[in-house]
Amino acid sequence: METYISLAHGDGGELSHRLIRDIFVSAFGDKNAVMFDAAAITMATHKIAVTTDSFVIKPIFFPGGSIGKLAVAGTVNDLAVSGAKPAYLTCGFVIEEGFPISNLKKIVTDMANEAKKSGVTIVAGDTKVVERGSADGVYINTTGIGVYQPEIGCSLEFAEGDAVIVSGTIGDHGIAVLTARGELGITAPVNSDCASLNNMLEAILKDTSGIKIMRDPTRGGLATTLVEIAEDFQLTINIQETAIPVKAEVHGVCDLLGYDPLYLANEGKAIIIVSAKEKDKVVEILRKFPEGKDAAIIGSISSKEKGRLLLETPLGAKRLLTRLSGTMFPRIC
Amino acid sequence: MSMLEILKQSSNPEICKPLVDAVIQKAVEFRQKFGRKPAFMEVCGSHTMALARTGVKQSLKDYVQLISGPGCPVCVTDQRSIDAMIALAEGDNRIICTFGDMMRVPGSNRTLLDSKIAGKDIRVLYSPVDAVKVAKDNPDKEVIFLGVGFETTIPILTLMVGEAEKLRLDNFSIWMTTKLVEPVLRYLLEAGEVQLDGFLLPGHVSIVLGEDAYQYLVTEYNISGVITGFEPAELLSGIYKLIDLAINGQASILNNHPAVVRKAGNQVIHQWLEKYLTECDEAWRGMGVIPRSGLDLKPEYDKYNAKKRFTVEVGEPKKTKCRCGEVIRGLISPNECPLFGKACHPMNPIGPCMVSAEGSCAAYYQYMRESF
Repeated sequence: METYISLAHGDGGELSHRLIRDIFVSAFGDKNAVMFDAAAITMATHKIAVTTDSFVIKPIFFPGGSIGKLAVAGTVNDLAVSGAKPAYLTCGFVIEEGFPISNLKKIVTDMANEAKKSGVTIVAGDTKVVERGSADGVYINTTGIGVYQPEIGCSLEFAEGDAVIVSGTIGDHGIAVLTARGELGITAPVNSDCASLNNMLEAILKDTSGIKIMRDPTRGGLATTLVEIAEDFQLTINIQETAIPVKAEVHGVCDLLGYDPLYLANEGKAIIIVSAKEKDKVVEILRKFPEGKDAAIIGSISSKEKGRLLLETPLGAKRLLTRLSGTMFPRIC
Repeated sequence: MSMLEILKQSSNPEICKPLVDAVIQKAVEFRQKFGRKPAFMEVCGSHTMALARTGVKQSLKDYVQLISGPGCPVCVTDQRSIDAMIALAEGDNRIICTFGDMMRVPGSNRTLLDSKIAGKDIRVLYSPVDAVKVAKDNPDKEVIFLGVGFETTIPILTLMVGEAEKLRLDNFSIWMTTKLVEPVLRYLLEAGEVQLDGFLLPGHVSIVLGEDAYQYLVTEYNISGVITGFEPAELLSGIYKLIDLAINGQASILNNHPAVVRKAGNQVIHQWLEKYLTECDEAWRGMGVIPRSGLDLKPEYDKYNAKKRFTVEVGEPKKTKCRCGEVIRGLISPNECPLFGKACHPMNPIGPCMVSAEGSCAAYYQYMRESF
């Protein structure tokens, strides 16, 4: 097999055929699907969930994951936090001419492994090759299809006193990727949290009641996602700074650069709002999973009005948290 | 105990909450004696941010007046200098390297971010010395670093020149627009526009300068200063000590950050500064030119001095109703500016204080525009 991707890999001829057969189909395994222009899948008759996401991360390999793992986990998580059981994925690749085929194989293997772990089947795909310089290595789009389960799900019926839970430490992905770019002049022993959460979230949906909403705080971080929930449902949400789990290393890098962990991306965390009665049980179940071992209750809904997020500092002072305005830049001193 | 565990203790609510009460009690004592709130200026932009982010300022607002001073490097940079740096980026065959804070600072016509979007090669560096590497990797381009900053940042600039010398680079230079703390404190004290009972002195800058460098505050102006760190417990104990000194009427400089700040500062850095730099007049936003208030490269290092290598033409800065100049001097609080939170907000900053990560207006907007 060739060493690098060439434009011919995307022209629909013999090289395209081999690429699909030897790399994608051999890894994703759904041989039937490739004989037709569309994959035929069997769905339950319940309501289904559909989501799509594009992945353009730099670097494509980072501590704790790769663009491939992320492309599966990210879409699986979007389905899982919606309360749907992820079933099928499609994937579209845009690859830059000259991209090493060995790297493509690694990416595809990561996708296959993550799909297996989360129990989804990759049923359809597409590959386009663009001229050198027209893309940065590889971009991946995945579309996910999930099935809502009868009787279980998120009620969206919020009440004062509902607890806000985060499934683990925040900001790990953001710091792992920033340090992996090698631009910080810092080596921080932080792995990305990139992981599929569907098995863990299915467990809390099945074994507890009273879950109001689940969201994954990816770009924009914990604060931005909570601001969105507060505004969308007109809730005042209070969170306590000392209750929010942050790794010491993440805290350290943020202090040096002037970043705020509340706004750093996560790729394997969920925010769960649950009735006060069930909150401890939810945390107990989350902590049984490796992805949820640092789960913590970080705050509560204090009123069903105003649509705002408040942070209580260690001194007991409260301040408003808003969406991130623009990109975070490192500061002068 | 690890360094991180020690740091964690300084934001431990069990330590900090009683400290808030102790500061308030001390402030009440001051008020009983003098019939007003004690007023202190935090000189450092990182202090301004930390006081607001941690809630120290909000917790003490009824008892202690904390006034933000001229400590945000981007904010104190004169508009004409900002415009010049943005204009510099317009030249061809150049790579401009900068700290992140500069990217969104409004120029009279555009920001550096606008120029970057329009296709200019402008790079935000996390580690400034990387600019030298950029120059080495791009021998056919002129690489210019925007040297904005106080004593904390200036040593890094000299380090860059040292690196460029070692590599014998001909395509690397720094656009120097640095500022020094002492001349601006003297300016404020001599102007006498703000009544102050003391200064919360910057922890970072003091690592370079040392405790002894502030004695002029006591001997010439009879005013106290406490060198203070950035964690809640450190901020609170610094303020406590300032009130205590003010009550006793005994001007003094205290080092409340002794783990990192020495009496004579960092002597190695002083040698570097002496080797490469010389004092120069600098223009400050809202204050005009203050004599010998900055450092420039010595003439023998002209080849690394972007101001000697490139000429940029800028017109009169655009006039706005922005009152950043008065905010920096501690004359008004950010919310007293008519633009604050209306025309001027972080998504549409009119002045630098709203955009910098250390700006008073940004701190006020982000953390204090409502109280709960």
